[in-house]
Amino acid sequence: MTNLELENLGFVPAGPVPEHEVTGGFCCDLLSWAMSRCTEGKVWFTVMGNINTVAVASLADAAAVVLCQEAAWMPDALERAAQQGVALFTTDLPAYEAALVLARKLGQL
Amino acid sequence: MGGIHLHYIVPGDDFTRAGEASADLKSRLKKLGVPPTAIRKVSIALYEGEINLAIHAGGGDIDVEITDDTVRMCLSDQGPGIADLSLAMSEGYSTAPDEVRSLGFGAGMGLPNMKKYSDEFDIQSTVGVGTTVNMAVSIA
Ligand SMILES: Nc1ncnc2c1ncn2[C@@H]1O[C@H](COP(=O)(O)OP(=O)(O)OP(=O)(O)O)[C@@H](O)[C@H]1O
Ligand SMILES: [Mg+2]
Repeated sequence: MTNLELENLGFVPAGPVPEHEVTGGFCCDLLSWAMSRCTEGKVWFTVMGNINTVAVASLADAAAVVLCQEAAWMPDALERAAQQGVALFTTDLPAYEAALVLARKLGQL
Repeated sequence: MGGIHLHYIVPGDDFTRAGEASADLKSRLKKLGVPPTAIRKVSIALYEGEINLAIHAGGGDIDVEITDDTVRMCLSDQGPGIADLSLAMSEGYSTAPDEVRSLGFGAGMGLPNMKKYSDEFDIQSTVGVGTTVNMAVSIA
Protein backbone atom coordinates (compact mmCIF):
# COMPACT_ATOMS: atom_id res chain seq x y z
CA MET A 1 0.00 0.00 0.00
CA THR A 2 0.99 3.67 -0.17
CA ASN A 3 0.47 6.51 2.29
CA LEU A 4 -2.40 7.79 0.09
CA GLU A 5 -4.51 4.95 1.51
CA LEU A 6 -4.03 6.09 5.11
CA GLU A 7 -6.96 8.45 4.73
CA ASN A 8 -9.25 5.50 3.91
CA LEU A 9 -8.15 3.94 7.19
CA GLY A 10 -9.53 6.94 9.08
CA PHE A 11 -6.34 8.95 9.52
CA VAL A 12 -6.88 12.65 8.78
CA PRO A 13 -4.32 14.39 6.51
CA ALA A 14 -2.87 17.55 8.10
CA GLY A 15 -1.37 18.83 4.83
CA PRO A 16 -0.29 17.62 1.39
CA VAL A 17 0.43 13.89 1.08
CA PRO A 18 3.29 13.18 -1.36
CA GLU A 19 2.98 9.52 -2.34
CA HIS A 20 5.30 7.10 -0.53
CA GLU A 21 5.25 3.31 -0.28
CA VAL A 22 4.34 1.98 3.19
CA THR A 23 6.34 -0.95 4.54
CA GLY A 24 5.21 -1.02 8.18
CA GLY A 25 4.68 1.02 11.32
CA PHE A 26 6.78 2.38 14.14
CA CYS A 27 5.78 3.67 17.61
CA CYS A 28 8.02 5.85 19.79
CA ASP A 29 8.23 9.48 20.92
CA LEU A 30 11.99 9.73 21.45
CA LEU A 31 13.63 11.37 18.47
CA SER A 32 17.03 9.70 18.38
CA TRP A 33 15.34 6.36 18.95
CA ALA A 34 13.18 7.00 15.90
CA MET A 35 16.12 8.38 13.95
CA SER A 36 17.82 5.00 13.79
CA ARG A 37 14.87 2.62 14.06
CA CYS A 38 12.08 4.22 12.06
CA THR A 39 13.40 2.84 8.78
CA GLU A 40 12.34 3.90 5.29
CA GLY A 41 8.66 3.56 4.44
CA LYS A 42 7.43 3.25 8.02
CA VAL A 43 4.37 5.07 9.27
CA TRP A 44 5.48 6.70 12.50
CA PHE A 45 2.92 6.94 15.33
CA THR A 46 3.78 9.55 17.96
CA VAL A 47 2.28 12.28 20.16
CA MET A 48 5.13 14.77 19.51
CA GLY A 49 3.80 17.34 17.05
CA ASN A 50 6.81 19.67 16.90
CA ILE A 51 9.13 20.57 14.05
CA ASN A 52 11.83 18.14 15.22
CA THR A 53 9.56 15.18 14.56
CA VAL A 54 9.21 16.40 10.98
CA ALA A 55 12.99 16.81 10.62
CA VAL A 56 13.59 13.24 11.79
CA ALA A 57 10.78 11.81 9.64
CA SER A 58 12.24 13.53 6.60
CA LEU A 59 15.80 12.33 7.23
CA ALA A 60 14.61 8.80 7.97
CA ASP A 61 12.36 8.72 4.87
CA ALA A 62 9.30 7.74 6.88
CA ALA A 63 6.20 7.24 4.72
CA ALA A 64 4.07 9.39 7.04
CA VAL A 65 3.73 10.59 10.61
CA VAL A 66 0.44 10.04 12.43
CA LEU A 67 -0.06 12.25 15.46
CA CYS A 68 -2.12 10.22 17.91
CA GLN A 69 -4.65 10.76 20.65
CA GLU A 70 -5.80 14.22 19.56
CA ALA A 71 -2.36 15.81 19.89
CA ALA A 72 -1.97 18.86 17.63
CA TRP A 73 0.67 19.63 14.99
CA MET A 74 2.51 22.90 15.63
CA PRO A 75 2.20 25.46 12.80
CA ASP A 76 5.96 25.44 12.05
CA ALA A 77 5.87 21.63 11.86
CA LEU A 78 3.12 21.80 9.24
CA GLU A 79 5.09 24.37 7.28
CA ARG A 80 8.33 22.36 7.35
CA ALA A 81 6.52 19.19 6.36
CA ALA A 82 5.01 20.86 3.30
CA GLN A 83 8.51 22.11 2.30
CA GLN A 84 10.24 18.78 2.85
CA GLY A 85 7.51 16.56 1.46
CA VAL A 86 6.64 14.76 4.69
CA ALA A 87 3.04 13.47 4.91
CA LEU A 88 1.40 14.33 8.25
CA PHE A 89 -1.84 12.92 9.65
CA THR A 90 -3.82 13.05 12.89
CA THR A 91 -6.05 10.57 14.68
CA ASP A 92 -8.05 10.46 17.91
CA LEU A 93 -6.83 6.92 18.56
CA PRO A 94 -3.98 6.19 20.96
CA ALA A 95 -0.75 5.05 19.26
CA TYR A 96 -1.32 1.37 20.10
CA GLU A 97 -4.77 1.27 18.50
CA ALA A 98 -3.72 3.41 15.55
CA ALA A 99 -0.83 1.04 14.84
CA LEU A 100 -3.22 -1.92 15.00
CA VAL A 101 -5.37 -0.36 12.27
CA LEU A 102 -2.34 -0.15 9.99
CA ALA A 103 -1.06 -3.60 10.97
CA ARG A 104 -4.43 -5.14 10.09
CA LYS A 105 -4.41 -3.43 6.71
CA LEU A 106 -0.85 -4.60 6.03
CA GLY A 107 -1.67 -8.14 7.11
CA GLN A 108 1.02 -7.95 9.77
CA LEU A 109 -1.13 -9.36 12.58
CA MET B 1 40.30 15.85 -6.57
CA GLY B 2 39.51 18.64 -4.14
CA GLY B 3 35.92 17.61 -3.55
CA ILE B 4 33.02 19.78 -2.48
CA HIS B 5 33.38 21.79 0.72
CA LEU B 6 30.43 23.00 2.76
CA HIS B 7 30.26 25.00 5.95
CA TYR B 8 27.28 25.29 8.29
CA ILE B 9 26.86 27.38 11.42
CA VAL B 10 24.55 25.82 14.00
CA PRO B 11 22.97 28.36 16.37
CA GLY B 12 22.74 27.48 20.07
CA ASP B 13 19.41 26.60 21.64
CA ASP B 14 17.39 27.04 18.44
CA PHE B 15 15.89 23.61 17.98
CA THR B 16 13.62 24.78 15.20
CA ARG B 17 16.62 25.56 13.00
CA ALA B 18 18.70 22.60 14.08
CA GLY B 19 18.32 19.99 11.38
CA GLU B 20 18.82 22.44 8.53
CA ALA B 21 22.40 21.38 7.85
CA SER B 22 21.52 17.69 7.64
CA ALA B 23 18.48 18.44 5.48
CA ASP B 24 20.60 20.54 3.12
CA LEU B 25 23.36 17.94 2.91
CA LYS B 26 20.84 15.21 2.30
CA SER B 27 19.31 17.01 -0.68
CA ARG B 28 22.76 17.73 -2.14
CA LEU B 29 23.81 14.08 -1.86
CA LYS B 30 20.54 13.04 -3.52
CA LYS B 31 21.30 15.32 -6.45
CA LEU B 32 24.80 13.87 -6.68
CA GLY B 33 23.27 10.41 -7.05
CA VAL B 34 24.70 8.99 -3.82
CA PRO B 35 23.08 5.63 -2.87
CA PRO B 36 20.13 5.97 -0.43
CA THR B 37 21.68 3.75 2.26
CA ALA B 38 24.76 5.98 2.39
CA ILE B 39 22.59 9.12 2.45
CA ARG B 40 20.65 7.68 5.37
CA LYS B 41 23.87 7.04 7.32
CA VAL B 42 25.14 10.58 6.69
CA SER B 43 21.75 12.08 7.59
CA ILE B 44 21.45 10.26 10.90
CA ALA B 45 25.03 10.95 11.93
CA LEU B 46 24.92 14.64 11.03
CA TYR B 47 21.46 15.31 12.47
CA GLU B 48 22.44 13.88 15.85
CA GLY B 49 25.65 15.91 15.84
CA GLU B 50 23.83 19.06 14.82
CA ILE B 51 21.27 18.66 17.61
CA ASN B 52 24.02 18.07 20.16
CA LEU B 53 25.69 21.32 19.10
CA ALA B 54 22.42 23.18 19.61
CA ILE B 55 21.41 21.54 22.89
CA HIS B 56 24.66 20.88 24.71
CA ALA B 57 27.24 23.28 23.32
CA GLY B 58 25.50 26.60 22.66
CA GLY B 59 26.02 26.12 18.93
CA GLY B 60 29.00 25.31 16.78
CA ASP B 61 30.43 24.76 13.31
CA ILE B 62 30.09 21.98 10.79
CA ASP B 63 32.55 21.43 7.95
CA VAL B 64 31.71 18.88 5.28
CA GLU B 65 33.88 17.53 2.51
CA ILE B 66 32.36 15.38 -0.22
CA THR B 67 34.73 13.43 -2.44
CA ASP B 68 34.03 10.64 -4.95
CA ASP B 69 34.02 7.95 -2.30
CA THR B 70 33.56 9.62 1.11
CA VAL B 71 31.60 12.25 3.02
CA ARG B 72 33.68 13.72 5.85
CA MET B 73 32.01 15.77 8.59
CA CYS B 74 33.77 17.77 11.27
CA LEU B 75 31.65 19.25 14.06
CA SER B 76 33.35 21.60 16.48
CA ASP B 77 32.16 23.72 19.36
CA GLN B 78 33.45 25.87 22.20
CA GLY B 79 30.90 24.49 24.63
CA PRO B 80 31.38 23.03 28.11
CA GLY B 81 33.11 19.86 26.88
CA ILE B 82 32.48 16.32 28.11
CA ALA B 83 34.15 15.09 31.31
CA ASP B 84 33.62 11.35 30.80
CA LEU B 85 33.57 10.41 27.12
CA SER B 86 32.91 6.71 27.58
CA LEU B 87 29.92 7.51 29.79
CA ALA B 88 28.61 10.02 27.22
CA MET B 89 29.02 7.41 24.48
CA SER B 90 26.94 4.81 26.30
CA GLU B 91 23.33 4.26 25.24
CA GLY B 92 20.81 5.96 27.50
CA TYR B 93 23.17 8.47 29.13
CA SER B 94 21.85 12.01 28.82
CA THR B 95 22.12 15.32 30.63
CA ALA B 96 19.47 16.94 28.41
CA PRO B 97 17.37 19.42 30.42
CA ASP B 98 13.63 18.89 30.88
CA GLU B 99 12.60 21.51 28.35
CA VAL B 100 14.34 19.67 25.50
CA ARG B 101 13.18 16.28 26.79
CA SER B 102 9.65 17.52 26.39
CA LEU B 103 10.42 17.95 22.66
CA GLY B 104 11.49 14.31 22.34
CA PHE B 105 15.24 14.70 22.80
CA GLY B 106 17.28 13.17 25.59
CA ALA B 107 17.11 9.43 24.89
CA GLY B 108 20.88 9.34 25.20
CA MET B 109 21.10 7.73 21.77
CA GLY B 110 22.67 10.56 19.77
CA LEU B 111 26.37 9.79 20.18
CA PRO B 112 25.79 6.01 19.92
CA ASN B 113 23.85 6.62 16.68
CA MET B 114 26.66 8.80 15.31
CA LYS B 115 29.19 6.07 15.99
CA LYS B 116 26.96 3.32 14.64
CA TYR B 117 26.09 5.03 11.37
CA SER B 118 29.50 6.47 10.48
CA ASP B 119 32.32 4.35 9.08
CA GLU B 120 34.93 6.40 10.89
CA PHE B 121 34.18 8.13 14.19
CA ASP B 122 36.39 10.15 16.49
CA ILE B 123 35.46 12.45 19.39
CA GLN B 124 37.83 14.72 21.30
CA SER B 125 36.69 16.85 24.19
CA THR B 126 38.23 19.06 26.84
CA VAL B 127 36.16 20.38 29.70
CA GLY B 128 35.92 24.16 29.52
CA VAL B 129 37.34 24.25 25.98
CA GLY B 130 34.99 22.36 23.70
CA THR B 131 34.30 19.25 21.67
CA THR B 132 35.27 18.11 18.19
CA VAL B 133 33.66 15.19 16.40
CA ASN B 134 35.03 13.80 13.14
CA MET B 135 32.95 11.36 11.13
CA ALA B 136 33.30 9.79 7.71
CA VAL B 137 30.80 7.79 5.69
CA SER B 138 31.76 5.84 2.61
CA ILE B 139 29.52 6.64 -0.36
CA ALA B 140 31.27 4.63 -3.07
N1 LIG C 1 28.92 18.81 21.84
C1 LIG C 1 28.73 18.47 23.13
N2 LIG C 1 29.16 19.30 24.12
C2 LIG C 1 28.98 18.99 25.43
N3 LIG C 1 28.36 17.86 25.84
C3 LIG C 1 27.90 17.00 24.92
C4 LIG C 1 28.05 17.25 23.51
N4 LIG C 1 27.52 16.21 22.84
C5 LIG C 1 27.05 15.36 23.77
N5 LIG C 1 27.28 15.82 25.03
C6 LIG C 1 26.97 15.13 26.31
O1 LIG C 1 26.83 13.73 26.05
C7 LIG C 1 25.54 13.28 26.46
C8 LIG C 1 25.05 12.17 25.52
O2 LIG C 1 24.83 12.71 24.20
P1 LIG C 1 23.79 11.97 23.25
O3 LIG C 1 23.70 12.73 21.99
O4 LIG C 1 24.17 10.53 23.15
O5 LIG C 1 22.41 12.04 24.06
P2 LIG C 1 21.44 13.29 24.27
O6 LIG C 1 21.82 14.39 23.34
O7 LIG C 1 21.45 13.64 25.72
O8 LIG C 1 20.03 12.68 23.89
P3 LIG C 1 19.55 12.29 22.39
O9 LIG C 1 20.70 12.53 21.45
O10 LIG C 1 19.17 10.86 22.45
O11 LIG C 1 18.39 13.18 22.11
C9 LIG C 1 24.66 14.52 26.46
O12 LIG C 1 23.53 14.41 27.29
C10 LIG C 1 25.67 15.58 26.94
O13 LIG C 1 25.83 15.49 28.35
MG1 LIG D 1 22.07 14.02 21.32
